[in-house]
Amino acid sequence: MTVTEAAPKPPAPVRRTGDVVFSGLARAAGITILVALAGVAVFLTIEGFPAVTAPASAMGGKSGIVLYVWPLLFGTLLAALLAMIIATPLAIGVALVISHFAPRKLSRTLGYLIDLLAAVPSVVYGLWGINFLAPRMVGLYEWLEENLGFLPFFTGPASSTGRTILTASLVLAVMALPIITAITREIFAQTPVLHQEAALALGATRWEMIRMTVFPYGRSGMVSATMLGLGRALGETMAVAMVLSATGVISFNLISSTNPSTIAANIALQFGEASGLKVNVLIFSGLVLFVVTFIVNFLGRAIAGRGYKGESR
Amino acid sequence: MNITSLRRPAAMGAALVLGFGLTACGAANEATGDGGTGSGDNGQSSSLSGTLNGGGASSQEAAQGAWRAGFQQANPEVTVNYDPIGSGGGREQFISGGFPFAGSDSYLTNDEGELDGATERCDGQAPIEVPNYVSPIAVIYNLDGVDDLQLSPDTLAGIFAGDITTWDDPAIAEDNPDADLPAEDINPVHRSDESGTTGNFTNYLSTVAGDAWTHGEVETWPIKGGEGASGTSGVVAAVTNGANSIGYADASQAGDLGKAAIGVGDGFELPTPEAAAKILEVSPESDTATDTELVYDLDYTTEEAGVYPIVLSSYLIACPSYSDKAEGDLVKGYLSYIVSEDGQQAAADNAGSAPLPASIAEKAQAIVDGITVG
Repeated sequence: MTVTEAAPKPPAPVRRTGDVVFSGLARAAGITILVALAGVAVFLTIEGFPAVTAPASAMGGKSGIVLYVWPLLFGTLLAALLAMIIATPLAIGVALVISHFAPRKLSRTLGYLIDLLAAVPSVVYGLWGINFLAPRMVGLYEWLEENLGFLPFFTGPASSTGRTILTASLVLAVMALPIITAITREIFAQTPVLHQEAALALGATRWEMIRMTVFPYGRSGMVSATMLGLGRALGETMAVAMVLSATGVISFNLISSTNPSTIAANIALQFGEASGLKVNVLIFSGLVLFVVTFIVNFLGRAIAGRGYKGESR
Repeated sequence: MNITSLRRPAAMGAALVLGFGLTACGAANEATGDGGTGSGDNGQSSSLSGTLNGGGASSQEAAQGAWRAGFQQANPEVTVNYDPIGSGGGREQFISGGFPFAGSDSYLTNDEGELDGATERCDGQAPIEVPNYVSPIAVIYNLDGVDDLQLSPDTLAGIFAGDITTWDDPAIAEDNPDADLPAEDINPVHRSDESGTTGNFTNYLSTVAGDAWTHGEVETWPIKGGEGASGTSGVVAAVTNGANSIGYADASQAGDLGKAAIGVGDGFELPTPEAAAKILEVSPESDTATDTELVYDLDYTTEEAGVYPIVLSSYLIACPSYSDKAEGDLVKGYLSYIVSEDGQQAAADNAGSAPLPASIAEKAQAIVDGITVG
């Protein structure tokens, strides 16, 4: 007995209270995310389930939940896709200017200004969109209808108020811009200087250097940033509800006053007066948005992950 | 080592905060309306005190603000809150007991069992319902060179149904023989959110012009044409910013926009508060009306001159008796003020609503006076 006790123990790993507390905290933070996410999913599923068998009266006369949600989903995806088409190149351009082109002083100011865009409340974007941007887009839409009317996107009749899905997408693009810019410029700024100098030393122009070193290095980061921006565009509620003239059609016409609504905007618009099964229907559409956002993010991660492996770093 | 021991309490604190954060998540789903928490100990109507939490129709919001201010001025110890969560939400909260009174654009019916639910909530007694808010819905338009647009019901319905698409359409020209109508496309603007205003407007159209408007009475805009805008302010903004637009909105919010005169009988009427209030006088009481439920089916087809037919009427819903004396006193006092002449005038001044006609205000007052407390 005494011998065993006396035998020199292997030195136990030092476990200070700080380590225990910190690992506990970190774990708790991780679990909180999972619990919150699971909580939302469970709530949406339970509350949304009665909508599957809801009568047409709860769904604005649509005879099935799929018929009700599909136009909304279409509008959500169309508006978000357009916003991304506009915002992503712009954001990457701005990020490059900040990280590689502008003089340091200017780039810092520019960075602050872009970050400031993220701090503007979405309802303010809505007001700006409806009272400032939309009326000024009317001329452009009329021009598009006259000159590019043969394309299905611009068949018109052009909206006389400018509150079209294209205007809504422009507002969404401005809102997603700071998120994408902030992340990509950090990634770009971290590109190893040696890579860049090596490229320049080999005779690359600045653009070639960016293409050969900055973009490959930042690829997964750019995808992640775009996914976050897309998340904002998919879920944005107030600005879309205010700016978009939503009438529930399914149409690729981007400049008319009849547009598909989006899921989030539709919930915001209809929830105020909704009761009973109508609430379940709205929550079900929220579940659809939740799932779609999840899938989109999942795909984004997969793409980003593939890009990461492709780089032999 | 020193640093570690300094940090330890902070970390503990952070852990506690996280723990509370989790508990807060769990509690987020609880209903928020905590009902009337009247705490007055002396029930004299002249010296009320406590808090009254009601809510419902957002159409009444501006008027409720005026009533709240007036009532609280007369009773400094009282706090009244009105949560504009919408008519449906107001009825739901009233039935579940969350609100001691509610405002609603439509009266209680048994289509979804709401009347029975309200009766059950009021301990088996039928709830009381009185009209408290009447406001004209104006047809607003933005059309260069036309100041006095006149529209017959059929023309109005044709425009919003999408059958009349240009301003120089013969139907519009017939209503406006003197106007110089441009050959521009009409941009009809409707509410994109579910709204009692849309409900009243479509109810009017389907009653008066059933051939031109075949979509019935709906609170969500039924057709896919035209332009959608969110809320009254959204419609007003869209019509203001969009040339050749026409829309419908609460007359008090229409601002400087042109308001169309609507065909009634052989003439045309502008949406003035006086003309709007008159419709209650010419309308019959609803089938479900009782001694305590003063509810009307608005007679949109009236041909009487001086009546503006497109109105939004809103009701107060409450119980005929309250067992909690403090709560009952507050409800009775507040509702009594709302239907009084002072109250109606306050709403007219501040929210642009139409004061109730004297005969109807009298009936409403009698019903509210019948609330028993304790």
